[in-house]
Amino acid sequence: MSEVLTTETIKEIDHWLSKFPVGKQRSAIIGSLHAAQHQNHGFLTSELMDAVAAYIDVPKIQVYEVATFYSMFQTKNVGKHEISICTNISCMLRGSDEILSHVEKRLGIDVGESTSDGNIFLKQEEECLAACTGAPMMMVDHVYIENLDIRKVDEILDRLEGKS
Amino acid sequence: MSKYNQVIYANINESNSWTLDEYLKQGGYSVWKQILSDQSNKTSEWVIEEVKKSGLRGRGGAGFPTGLKWSFMPKNDDQKYIVCNSDESEPGTCHDRDILKYNPHALVEGMAIAGYAIGATVGYNYVRGEFMLECYPRIDAAVKDAYDAGLLGVNVLDSGIDFDLYNFLGAGAYICGEETGLLESLEGKQGKPRFKPPFPANYGLYGKPTTVNNTQTLATIPKILEKGAKWYADFGTEKSPGTLIFSISGHVNKPGNYELPLGISFEEVIDVAGGILDGKKLKAVIPGGSSTKVLPAEIIQNCTMDYESLQDADSALGTGAMVVISEGTCMVELLKRISRFYYAESCGQCTPCREGTGWLYRILDRITNGQGKESDLALLVDVAGRIEGNTICAFGDASAWPVQSFIKHYHHEFEYMIQNKGKTLAA
Ligand SMILES: Cc1cc2nc3c(=O)[nH]c(=O)nc-3n(C[C@H](O)[C@H](O)[C@H](O)COP(=O)(O)O)c2cc1C
Ligand code: FES
Repeated sequence: MSEVLTTETIKEIDHWLSKFPVGKQRSAIIGSLHAAQHQNHGFLTSELMDAVAAYIDVPKIQVYEVATFYSMFQTKNVGKHEISICTNISCMLRGSDEILSHVEKRLGIDVGESTSDGNIFLKQEEECLAACTGAPMMMVDHVYIENLDIRKVDEILDRLEGKS
Repeated sequence: MSKYNQVIYANINESNSWTLDEYLKQGGYSVWKQILSDQSNKTSEWVIEEVKKSGLRGRGGAGFPTGLKWSFMPKNDDQKYIVCNSDESEPGTCHDRDILKYNPHALVEGMAIAGYAIGATVGYNYVRGEFMLECYPRIDAAVKDAYDAGLLGVNVLDSGIDFDLYNFLGAGAYICGEETGLLESLEGKQGKPRFKPPFPANYGLYGKPTTVNNTQTLATIPKILEKGAKWYADFGTEKSPGTLIFSISGHVNKPGNYELPLGISFEEVIDVAGGILDGKKLKAVIPGGSSTKVLPAEIIQNCTMDYESLQDADSALGTGAMVVISEGTCMVELLKRISRFYYAESCGQCTPCREGTGWLYRILDRITNGQGKESDLALLVDVAGRIEGNTICAFGDASAWPVQSFIKHYHHEFEYMIQNKGKTLAA
C-alpha cells in the first residue's frame, strides 16, 4: 500500500493496470499519472511520481519521462482552474486571438501564467483541440466550450471567479 | 443540396444514438453476430476481400487501402493486436470526435470485426487525452455495454472467438497520432515515432504484429459488410469509392462535419457548408488538415473532392479537414501560426525537424514583426527542403509542405511584408 496515493487513486491505477498484459505495466503510467494529478488538484509532485513508480513497479525515470513529455501533465502548481484557448488555424480564422487577448487582459496575465490568487491557469495551448467546426473554442477544466464570443467568455470567467 | 450523412453518421441525429439499444435498433452488431455464428462462410479472408472490394482507404490521412493493410498481417499464432487511432489531432480535423460521441458502437463493432479479420484477440483504442471528459466516457460506456451484452470477451456468444477491447487515454502530444509514436505511447513511453521498417504489421505493440487504423476507417466496416462492398463503393468514384466525413471549418456560414460522397465537386461542398462567411470571396483552402498544401481559390474551384483530383492539384485529401479561407486573410500570419504549431509539437528526435521547425517559425516571426530580410524567402524554402524527406516520420514533411505551398502561391504577400516592415497586403 502507498501512503501518498489515496484509495481512490489506487483504484484508478489498478483499473489501468488490468488493461495490459502481465509485465507490461509500463503502459499504465499515463493513466496512473492522470489519476495522481487529479488527486493533487492539477499537478504532479516528485513524491506522487515516485509513489506511482513504486506502486506499479517501474523505474522512476520512466515515470518522469512521461510526466515531462505530455502537455497535459503539470509538474508545478499552476492553479485551481485550467483554461486552454485554442489558437490553431480554424480557431484563428474565427477570432481566437481576440478571445485570448481579452482573457489575458481581464485576468491581468499572459498566456502560460496563473492569476496571483492561484485560481486560474491560462495554459499555453499549441494543439488544435479537435473542435474546429465550433471555432473559436476553449477548454475549461477539460470541458469543451465552443462558438465563443466575448460575452460568453465573460460569463465563464465570472463563474470561475465566483461572481455568478 | 446533396445528400449527406449516409453511412457512418447515418444515425447521429437519433436521440441516444450512442446507446447499445439504439445501435441494435439500427441493425448494429448484426454483422459481428453473423460472423460469430457462421465462421465457415464468413471467414477472415471473406472479410478482407469485402473490405478490399469496397475500396475503403485509411481515413487517418495517408489513404492507404484498408483491406490491403489487413492482408499484410502475418498468419502465425503470435499474439496480434488491432489498435484504433482516436488521437485526432491534425489541425482542422474533428470528425472522429463525433463518431466517439454519437456512434461509439460502430467503432466497437468495427474493431471486433477487424480483430477477427487479422487474427487479433485484443484491441486498444487510443483516445487523445483532451477527450477525457467528453468522448472518453461515451466510448468507455459503449465498450462496457458491449461486454455486458456478451458481445466482447472470452468465447464471445459461444463462438470460440475471443476478443478483448480496451480504451486508452493519451495525455496531449500531436505526435502520438503518428502510428508508431502512438504505439510507443501505448507502451507507456514518450511518443517518439519508430524507424520503419519494420512496420507495425511485423513489429507493433509490444513487438507483436499490429494493425493501426483510424477511428473513421474502423467505424465504417460494419456498414460495408452489412450492406455490401458495392453499396458502399458506389457512393464515390472508381478510384475514391465511398464516403468521407469532411470537417469544414474557417470562413463558411455553417461550419460542421458532413459525411459526403467522395468525388463531389468543391462547389457542392461549400454549398453544404452554407457558402463563404459574410458573402465574401473565397481566397484559399487547406483541403485536408494543416499538413496538406494550401490551394488558391482558382485551383480548388476546379477540383472534385477525392484522392486523385487533389493530388493532381499538388495537394492531398488528407483527413478531409477543409479549412476555408476568405479574402482579406493574411497568409503570412496564417503560415506563421501553422509553423508555430509544428515547432511546438516536434518530438525532437530528428535534428532536421527539431532544429528546422524552429528556424521556420523564427524567420516567419521576424517577417511579421517587420524585421524580415530579402533573403528570408529563399531561406524558408531552403530550410523546408532540408526537413522534407529527412526525418523518421512524416511530421517533418508535414511541417515543410505548408511553407513551400504558401510561399509558392502567395509569394507576393510575403515579399510585400518584408519590403514594408511587417505590413500586410491582405487587409
Ligand atoms: C504527424 C502525424 C500525425 C498523425 N495524426 C493522426 C491522427 O491524429 N489520427 C489518425 O488517425 N492518424 C494520424 N496519422 C496517420 C497515422 O500515422 C496512420 O497512418 C493512421 O492512423 C492509419 O490508419 P488508416 O490506415 O486507417 O488511415 C498521423 C500521421 C502523422 C505523420
Ligand atoms: S483549430 Fe481550434 S479546435 Fe481545431
